[in-house]
This record gives sequence, C-alpha cells and structure tokens, in this order.
Amino acid sequence: MANVIIQEEDVLIKEQGYDDHFHEHHHGDKYQAGFIFHYIFSMDHKIIARQFLITGIIWAIIGAAMSVIFRMQLGFPEESLAWIKPFLGKWIVVDPATGIGKLAPEFYYALVTMHGTIIVFFVLTAGLSGTFSNLLIPFQLGSRDMASPFLNMLSYWFFFLAGVVMFYSLFLSTGPFSGGWVAYPPLSALPQASSGSGSGMTLWLVSLTLFVVSVLLGGINYITTILNLRTKGMTLWRMPLTIWAFFVTAILALLSFPVLASGFFMLIFDRSLGTSFFLSDIFIAGQALDRVGGSPILYQHLFWFLGHPEVYIIILPAMGLVSEVLSVHSRKPIFGYRAMVYSIMAIGFLSFIVWAHHMFMSGVNPFISNFFVVFTLIIAVPSAVKVFNWITTLYGGNIRLNTPLLFSIGFVSMFISGGLTGIFLGNSAIDIQMHDTYFVVAHFHIVMGVAAFFGMFAGIYHWYPRMYGRFMNETLGKIHFWGTIICAYAIFWPMHYIGMAGVPRRYYSFDTFEAFKHFNDLNKFITIFAIIAFFVQLLFVINFFYSIWYGRKMKTKNPWKANTLEWTAPIEPVHGNWPGNLPVVHRWPYDYNKDEREFVQQHIPLKEGEIGDH
Amino acid sequence: MTYLITFAIIFLLAVIVIQIGKLTELAASIRGEEVVDRSSTNTQGIALIVFMIVFLVGCVWSTLYYKNQMLGYGPLTSASAHGFELDSLFNVTLFFTGIVFVITHVLLFWYGYKYRQTSGRKAIFFAHDTKLEMIWTVVPAVVMTYLVANGLITWNNIFPTLTEDDNYLEIEATGYQFAWDIRYPGADGKLGNKDFRLIDLASNSLGIDWSDEASVDDVVLGGTDKILLPKDSLIKVRITAKDVLHNFYLPHFRVKMDAVPGIPTSFIFTPVKTTQEFREQLRAYPEWQTPADPADPTGPKKWETFEYELACAELCGNGHYSMRRIVEVVTREEFDTWLAGQKSFYTTNIRNTSTDPYKGTKLFDYEIKARSRELKSDISSYLKDTTGTASRNIQLKHVFFETASATLSDLSRHELENLNKLLKEFPALKIELSGHTDNVGDAVSNLELSKRRAESVRTFLLQLGADPARLSYNGYGQNQPLESNDTEEGREKNRRTELRIISK
Repeated sequence: MANVIIQEEDVLIKEQGYDDHFHEHHHGDKYQAGFIFHYIFSMDHKIIARQFLITGIIWAIIGAAMSVIFRMQLGFPEESLAWIKPFLGKWIVVDPATGIGKLAPEFYYALVTMHGTIIVFFVLTAGLSGTFSNLLIPFQLGSRDMASPFLNMLSYWFFFLAGVVMFYSLFLSTGPFSGGWVAYPPLSALPQASSGSGSGMTLWLVSLTLFVVSVLLGGINYITTILNLRTKGMTLWRMPLTIWAFFVTAILALLSFPVLASGFFMLIFDRSLGTSFFLSDIFIAGQALDRVGGSPILYQHLFWFLGHPEVYIIILPAMGLVSEVLSVHSRKPIFGYRAMVYSIMAIGFLSFIVWAHHMFMSGVNPFISNFFVVFTLIIAVPSAVKVFNWITTLYGGNIRLNTPLLFSIGFVSMFISGGLTGIFLGNSAIDIQMHDTYFVVAHFHIVMGVAAFFGMFAGIYHWYPRMYGRFMNETLGKIHFWGTIICAYAIFWPMHYIGMAGVPRRYYSFDTFEAFKHFNDLNKFITIFAIIAFFVQLLFVINFFYSIWYGRKMKTKNPWKANTLEWTAPIEPVHGNWPGNLPVVHRWPYDYNKDEREFVQQHIPLKEGEIGDH
Repeated sequence: MTYLITFAIIFLLAVIVIQIGKLTELAASIRGEEVVDRSSTNTQGIALIVFMIVFLVGCVWSTLYYKNQMLGYGPLTSASAHGFELDSLFNVTLFFTGIVFVITHVLLFWYGYKYRQTSGRKAIFFAHDTKLEMIWTVVPAVVMTYLVANGLITWNNIFPTLTEDDNYLEIEATGYQFAWDIRYPGADGKLGNKDFRLIDLASNSLGIDWSDEASVDDVVLGGTDKILLPKDSLIKVRITAKDVLHNFYLPHFRVKMDAVPGIPTSFIFTPVKTTQEFREQLRAYPEWQTPADPADPTGPKKWETFEYELACAELCGNGHYSMRRIVEVVTREEFDTWLAGQKSFYTTNIRNTSTDPYKGTKLFDYEIKARSRELKSDISSYLKDTTGTASRNIQLKHVFFETASATLSDLSRHELENLNKLLKEFPALKIELSGHTDNVGDAVSNLELSKRRAESVRTFLLQLGADPARLSYNGYGQNQPLESNDTEEGREKNRRTELRIISK
C-alpha cells in the first residue's frame, strides 16, 4: 500500500490530514507575487534555504581559492607567483632583478585569517546550518513555514550584509584582517601591531557582528518552529535526527554567539574608545601605552566560549544529515535512535564546559586545566556512541552506494580520524607539544572542516531533488566523492607527521628554522593535492548549477523511498508546502523494512497492534 | 591572452565534464536504470574496499617512513626530563586510538561493501540493542578514564609549585615583534623587577627597574647570542611579552607557553642532554650524515651543525615565522663559568648614565674593589716610573661632597680608607690634596669652597690615623679646569678632588 505513489496529491493527506484552514489565507500569493519578493526578499523557507546554500557555495569557492594560494607559498616557496599579480596586485612582490614574484607575508597571514573566518562562519555555519535548518525544519515537521518568516528573511539578509562587508575588506589598501580567525588581542586590538589590524579589523568586527545578528535571528526561529509548529502527531520523539541536530545546534548558537558578541564589543571599545578590557603593560611602536589592567586572556575565554560550541554548531547539523542519509540509503532504521538523541544533547551540553582546552598553553592557571581535560575527554564517549551507531546502521542493510551515502561514509571516516586525534589534544600534557602545530591543523580540518563538508555534500546530493525538483548527476557526484576523500586525506593526513615533528602552524616560511625545514617534499605533496581538491570541487559546482536547469527531472514525489514528510509534499514546491491539509504523523521516521513493507512513511496510520514510537 | 586561453580551457573542461555526466545518464536510460545501478553499486563497493586497504596500508607505511623525523620515534627524543613522560603518554594514546581507528575503518568500509544493494535481499530491521550499546558506551568510558588519569598525573607533574627551597635557575624570556630577549639573574640568583613604562629602546629595552638592587647584576642576551642552559638543572623560565601575544616554544624540550603582555607566565623544565650529546645521538642516523650545506659536500655534516631552537608558536604578526634563537645546553660548570663571565646589562649600559638611580649615591662592591686596584696602580706606576711619563696628579674619583658644601658624603669613605692604606704601604709618599670646581657661581666663593673641601678630605684622612706631615692641601677653585666648562659633562669632570704626589 505504502509503495503506491500518487503523483499529484496524497490521498491520505487530503482525506486524513490536519486541516489548519490554510486555504482560507491568501497572504502567500500576495507576498510572493513579484520577482523581488519571490526570489530576493523572500520569506519562504525553501527559497531562503537555497539563498543560504548558493551564498555559502560562493564563499566556499573564495575561501578554498585563498587556501590554494597560501598553500602554493608553503609548498613551492621558490616558485614565482608573479602570474597571479593581476589578481592580487601589490600583495605579490616581484623582485625586479629576477622577476620572481612572492606572496607578501602580511597577505599570507590575511589569506590564512580570511580562509578560517570565511569557511567557519560563512560556509560551515550559514551555508550548512542555514541551508538545511531552513529547508528541513518546516518540511520534516509538517509545518507551513518558519515561525517568523520575516525574521527568517532578515536572518539571510544580515548574513548577506556581513558577507558584503567582509568582501569589501578584502580590497582595503592595508589589507583585510591578518591576525588569525580567532583575532586574539593585543594583535587584533592595536593597529600599530599589524597593517591588517587597522581598517581590516574594523570591518571584520562589523561583519561578524552582523553575522551574529543573522545567527540569532535564525536560531530563535528554528527553536520556536521546532517547539511550536510541529504537525499533529509529531512528538519530539518522532522527529528525525536531522531536526534534533538542528534543534540542539540552534540552542548552542543562541547561548554562545551573544558571548562572542560581548567579546567583540569590548574589542571594539578597546580599539576605538580607549578602554583596556584586553590590554595591559604594552610597549609598541616605540611607546608605552597608558592602557593597564586588562587581560588578553579574558578575550580568549569569551571567544572560545563561543568557539567551542561553534565547532559543534558546525558538526551537529552534518551529523543529523548523515544519520538520515545513512538510514534512508541503507534501508534500515538508524541504530540506537534514542542514544543518538541523547548523544547530541550530551555533546551540546558538554560543548559549553570545555572551552579552555583551547587555552591550555595560553597562560591560564595549570590547575584549571584539570577540569577542562576531564570534560573534554568525556565528549569522546557520546561521540564514540554515535560512530558505533552509524556503523551498525550499515550492518545488515541493503545499501544504495550512491553519492549521498558515499559522502556519509566519508563523513564517518573523517569524524573517526579527526575525533581520535582530539583525544591527544584534549589531554593537556600532550597538548604542550602539539598545541599550535600542524597536528592541530590536521585535527580540526579533518574533524570539523572536511567532515562537515562531507555531511553538507551528503545533504546536498540527497535533498537536491527536494530543492530543485531535479537530480544532480550521479557519475560526476561519485567522481566528486572519490576525488574529495582521496585529496582530503592526502592533504591532512601528512600534516599529522609535520605536527608531530613540532612544526608550528601559521608560518609563512619554514626555512628560518633547522627543526622545521625538513618537510619540503611533504609540503609540495600537500599543495599539489590541495590544488587538485580545488578543481574537484569545481566539478561539484558545475554539477550543481548545471543540474538546476538541466538535471534529470524528479518524476515521483519520493524518489529515495524515504519516510520523512518532506517527500510527501508536491514536487513543484508550493507556498505553505502542502496544498491542502497538513500530513498527520503516526510513527517515528525510521520504519524501514520493519515488516513486509520496505518503508513506511510517517503519515501512514498504524496497523493494529503496531507501535508508532521506538 | 594567456588568461583568455586559460579561461577557454577551463570552459572546455567544464563542457567535457557535463558531457560525461550526460553520457552516463543517457546510457542509463538505454541500458535500464536497474542494470546500471547494479553495476555501479558493485564498482563502488569494490572501490570502498580498495580505498580502505590503500588508506590503512598508506597510514602504516607513511608512519614508518617518517618515523625518524617525528618527535620521540627516531633520534629526536626529548631533550628535557618531562618530555619523556609526555612522549609516552602520546604513545599510550596512539595505541588505544590506533586500535579504534583500524577496527572502525575496517567495519565501516567492509559493511559498505558487504551490504551493498542487491535486488534479491532485504535489509534487516535492527533498531537498537541495549547490550551492544552498553558495551560501546562503557568501554570507551573506561579507556578514557585511564587516559585522563594518566594525562592529569603527567600534567600536574610538569607544573609543580616551586618553593624557595627548591634549587632552580630562573631566567626570563621576553617576546616582542619579532625577537626574543633573554635575561639571566647575576650572582644573586634573582631577576630584578621590570615595568613596561621604564622601557626606553635606546637604553633599557626591557624596562628593567634599576632601583631594584636585584636587577643590577642581571645579564641580558639580545641580538643573536646563543641562549645557554645548564644540563640537569631545574630551570624556570619566566615568560613575558612586550607588545602582543607570543609563545615560548622549545620543540626539542617539549616546552610551550604563551607570553602575555601584563601577565607573566612560566614553564619549569630540566634539560637532560647537552647540545653535544644530542648531536652524538643524531650521528648514528644516516640522514644526519649528509652535508649540512648541499653546496659544500666536504663541509660539516648535518649532525655536527645541529642546534636546539627557540621559536614562537602564537601568531604575533608578519614576522611570526622568524623569531628564532639558538639554544645551547652545556654542563653546569661550563654554564656557571659562562654566566660569571657575562657583564651585567646595568654595568655596561646604565651605570653612571643619566638613568642610573645609584649615580653618586651608591658604590657597588665590585666598583670599590676595582677602584682600589686602580688607585694603587696609578700611585705605584708613578712611584716606579723612570721615564717621566706617568702623571703625578691622580684624581680621587670616588670622593663626593654634598651639594655646595664641604661635607664629605658617606660614599667617600671607601676611597679615603683605601688611600690611607696606600699611605701606609708607601711610607715615603707625600701628597697634596687639591680641590677644584667648575665655573658656576662666583669665582671667589668657588676658590673658598675648593679649599674647604680639600681640607675636609685631609681631616678625614687624619682621623683615620694618617701622618699630618705627609698631607698638605690646597684649593684651586675654577682655575684649573680639565675640560671646557661649557658643557654639563665638562663641568662634571672639572668638579673634582685630586691628589698630587709631592715626593716619592
């Protein structure tokens, strides 16, 4: 019965759905009539999701291109970069005698800083959580839209504005901010300390403050929608893991971003109003500043109070997406649904009491580190539970090895590899040697950079038909997957070795030090794979945009034979998601191969004696 | 034009890529999606297994390949006592995580292959299993407890609380854009206070407070001098920064700590191998036997030129990557000899300049001793002189008076006691004590003052028991300037007390 798919309208929803008298409102048509309100200042969650995604993709290309440029400096320091002078102008310093162009150190640091800021905030926070929270929360909960479509629209446009300001800062004559994405004062507070700490830093702060506004507007909306706008029968324990992940993510964001904002405000005061929150005992550019009593370490506490939850803000949505994709394409329920939910909650809670593990070597009292080591390493337990549950979800499945599933496997692999190195770094004693080396770079790129991208790709390939009514090309998708996983490991795995040799991160050149200059070959290797990885991603970009217009059309509503509600809505998206009644939910979303039926969608009523919850 | 061609090539590639994609879709519709899906699933399944094998083998192979360059596995074992604990903790963690890494990866990719879609099979319904879930919650929890306990014990050993009774050498490292200055305590074993407001780039770049007597014998190593450390001695590095954050990082010693403006931090460690011993350790490895400079194949080998290094590990601006200092570990005896031979910063740069708080108010032991040797040699060289070149006028450099008065300051005691001793040593010596002034004020009263000052010197010597018959005195006022009275330095030189040898 459930395998019978009715094209235009779901009879079940029409007849037994929940009538919220939606048809009596005609505001949708009024507000979505013109091009501007339909596509630009849209309040429809489906459009906003796509806006977040496409903006995220554009930023990802910029952020990745930056990494390719600074990797060329690290991998091929002898080679001339004069050929990119037309793009970078004065930041490529050409030696008039030899004609060899070099990347200026200040721009190297600006690139490193911008790469981090852009990827962490604009791509993996806005691009990932913004896209899928917007797309899936109303769809999977059976809601018409977000609780406040207007705030939702503002959320995107604040993000857009943040992007405009950051983009503008790239073209300043003194360069964009160059003091690392963490922006530690005094380097970030004093324009005398570095050219990027002038206007570049001002714009960086403005941009990220706007970004915080965007995140808060989005977050409050996600939470409200999840708590208030679930359709009839959709209890919390019947929500897909995606929604659980977005829910905890939004709570984390709502609690932690304001703390970052307070840190930013203090930094702005220190920069412009002469306060000394973060400054003390400083002699710079030939003079002693009359700024005493502040503590640079205070900023680090405020920053990492966001910064640590932030990495979970990035990875939790990816975990949610992967859980769903693994389940759907393995044709099996996610293993240990409740354990998964409790793990998400545990990780979310613990993420607030581990921030100082970024600061073991920053001059905080070593005694304090004891607590943070304990809490940090406790996170390994819920993380391990999740990994084992994902693997067990594959066990005994009938797995479709398509692009979304491959990316999910890639995600789990990356999460294991990067998570395990976290056990080294979370132990403060080992961190003495590993802190701020390439070991850390390898760790966080694998566990929250590449892994989150894999989750995002899995999500994009899986929900692309839901977004555009067409499929992305599978062959290109598979080439994309294999190219990406091979390159990702080729780039980041060797960095463990470089880090274990003690090479510090954020070095423009390794030649100054005897101890750090032995890795020329490895650095070349990494750079070559970084360049290949970049071009492999262009494959994805081409596939993405080409498929919007020319991809294989989605002919049935539920191409993956999935259980969640977004696949019950019409192929051609409509305002309010379902044309008539809303679907009523009778069961959890993971009834795959439970009895004779291959899958049972959430709105299918229970048979006699069947239980809806698990 | 080059760009045009590049763009054209990129565009063409994009077209090709899209065509490949379309082709496969076309093929799928011709051959039937089922067939294509099945063959694709098989290909992907095999690819997963191949990837897993290549990846895991690659991990092991590359680890072995780079073993000798990574800290702890080859010749680069720890150069400090605590580093060994840290390295062993790393290895214990590597052992457990390595097991988990291999098992989970084998299962992940193996399941992906084994349970790939086949048309006849149906997935099992396996939603949860309390026993299994308990196992994989409890086992990681136990392992983590072990690692945490181990880690915390190590951590707290590395950061002990030192008391006055502990015998340690405290040195200070100050980071600034983009270099390090290192300060050693002198004979007193104490570092003097410093204050960033006292920093003067020309004369006191660390802002050392000279009014703290502990700072007077401190040795400052700027520039590119090697930082010497004694082997087998407990060293506490006080770490400070002048401008922005830096990080005091000694990779070979497993030492790392931020330098924070306004908040001094520290790290305590014990070097266990001298630079020479570490070089011997490297010598056994062929990769260290190659010439240090490839252009000079007969020159020193790599192991011979090895040096410990100090680096910065906290982004501090454009020159972050260049804050290198060489560290050399020597035996305690060599270190003590070296340190004793270093001139204190105060002595060489500050003493008797305008920023010296002790100028005219304090004489240090070493100065009194040096001055006493100097006076003796001045007098005896005149006494032994046969060529007539030695001067009979000898300045009493350490005789001072209160301003505009003939009262001797307390400091003059040392010089005059010394002079008294010399008078006893050379019993034939007869001298005239003479007072001189600069040209400030009235010439008559200057003359008068100079006379009275010379007299009070004589009086003091008489009180010490000198023979009045051998001592005469006179005042010359401003009449015999040594240098021009037009500058302050000149006037300072002209205000003086001299002795003139009348007969040997």
